[in-house]
Amino acid sequence: MDDQTKSVGQPHAEELAQRASRSTARSRSFWRRREHALLGTLSMLIFLAFWEAAVAFGWVNPLFTSSPSRIVRTAIDLFADGSIWTDIQVSGLEFLIGYGAAVVIGVPLGILMGWYSRLDAVLDPFVSALYATPRIALLPLVMIWFGIGIMSKVAIVFLGAIFPILVNTITGVRTVNADFVKVARSFGSSDRQMFLTVALPSSVPLLLTGLRLGIGHALIGIVVGEMYGATHGLGFLIATAGARFQTDKVMVGIIIIAAAGVAMTELLRLIERRFERWRPAVGG
Amino acid sequence: MMEVARPAKLDVRRVSLELYNERTDQSLAVLRDIDLQVRAGELVSVVGPSGCGKSTFLNAVDGLIAVTAGQIMVDGHAVTGPGPDRAMVFQHDSLFPWRTVSENVMYGLDLQGKLRKAERRERARALVELVGLSGFAEHYPHELSGGMRQRVNIARALVMEPQLLLLDEPFAALDAQTREFMQVELLKILARAKTTALFVTHQINEAVFLSDRVVVLSARPAAIKAVIDVELPGERALALKHTPRFLELEQRIWRLIEQEAERTGMLTVA
Repeated sequence: MDDQTKSVGQPHAEELAQRASRSTARSRSFWRRREHALLGTLSMLIFLAFWEAAVAFGWVNPLFTSSPSRIVRTAIDLFADGSIWTDIQVSGLEFLIGYGAAVVIGVPLGILMGWYSRLDAVLDPFVSALYATPRIALLPLVMIWFGIGIMSKVAIVFLGAIFPILVNTITGVRTVNADFVKVARSFGSSDRQMFLTVALPSSVPLLLTGLRLGIGHALIGIVVGEMYGATHGLGFLIATAGARFQTDKVMVGIIIIAAAGVAMTELLRLIERRFERWRPAVGG
Repeated sequence: MMEVARPAKLDVRRVSLELYNERTDQSLAVLRDIDLQVRAGELVSVVGPSGCGKSTFLNAVDGLIAVTAGQIMVDGHAVTGPGPDRAMVFQHDSLFPWRTVSENVMYGLDLQGKLRKAERRERARALVELVGLSGFAEHYPHELSGGMRQRVNIARALVMEPQLLLLDEPFAALDAQTREFMQVELLKILARAKTTALFVTHQINEAVFLSDRVVVLSARPAAIKAVIDVELPGERALALKHTPRFLELEQRIWRLIEQEAERTGMLTVA
């Protein structure tokens, strides 16, 4: 080895130039992304101003449409008297337990089903059938089993979130780049090593996609579950306020849920982007 | 032990290979009666008409595909599967995107698990230096150019200190310029690593430039049509490619391949 350690050449200038030009391309697209965000913010502001004006000039009835200023005022009142905190806590807890259980069970089970085709053969009919069924249709059953309290919502959140996580993890483990498999085999990989060094890492991008999709399903579970039968929670708040034509309050509930959904989804999208490079590059 | 005449590094004896296609339920004869000996330290290239089975032959030598008849021996041992005496440089660099350059180079050693982590790290470092990527050991593949990735691909195979290095069109995905420079680099790297190599390419020019001998395969099922000794004076530098001797060799090999293409109707003359 000793005589090998001396370098026989540095990367060609051409290659270094390519690297440099790639990084300027990256900074240019960074500004383009900024421009994108700026335009988005601008259009949002124009929309809100138009909405406010429509109510202020009496073009529409605020009983139906509410308005940005009314929503803000109602939100301040709700947070000031503290009643909404209970709803946020209850919904948050349902999400945390239900989604948490879906991740803790869905990811390992998905990995196992992706790797062991026999296990997949046994469980696939259940997974496929339940994945195709709108889980909301199970609500009446879930209510019968778990009652009106928090557990029925935890169950429906769990059922909503676990299938996208499961299905994406299975696909992730299974769709391994054939070139990587060949490399591993050529280097004398055992089945176990193939799993640990190739299948598992290449499943990460799709696994994260599953986690992100799971969030959306979990939020649907919370809202619909609480609307169907509950004593607290944001979905419950939206349902009861809606029944009383308290449009402003309905809007506050919607916005809180939407904000939570956007925040969590974006966070996962950021993580996904970090792992995007784990997806095999296409072409040279 | 008595010192007998050393057997060839690679000894391919009457190898035939058929691939079974499950969909059509038919077997396709890919290789027919291949006989080839590669001596220690030699670089032998394999060329032939497109789709003739060059890569399949290389995969068989690596042990990734089983031969139907005959035997492949490396250092006197029959090939029954992938082994540490051979290492492959793949056509697509196929670097693991989740491993840094040095972790990619370490991959084979990690699988073997024979060396301690620190030793593996040290061997990877030496190889990364050998292929001229010292400053990039902690970079990820996506941060490298195509040429740099192929250097990592070569280092990943060489770190195993294989008796026989197999290269499957390693420069096919590179642009023409980078490709020429990488050819020179490869010769330097192999001279330092003192490795015997079997090189598959479809570029005749590349084969002549790199090799001690060029094996020309016939159209499928591939048999050996000719083995050309490349006797070129002096050091292999890119200028060599413009010498009459070089061009003459290139012409000769090209005519052989052309004959094959014509024979099988791949080439229609207007």
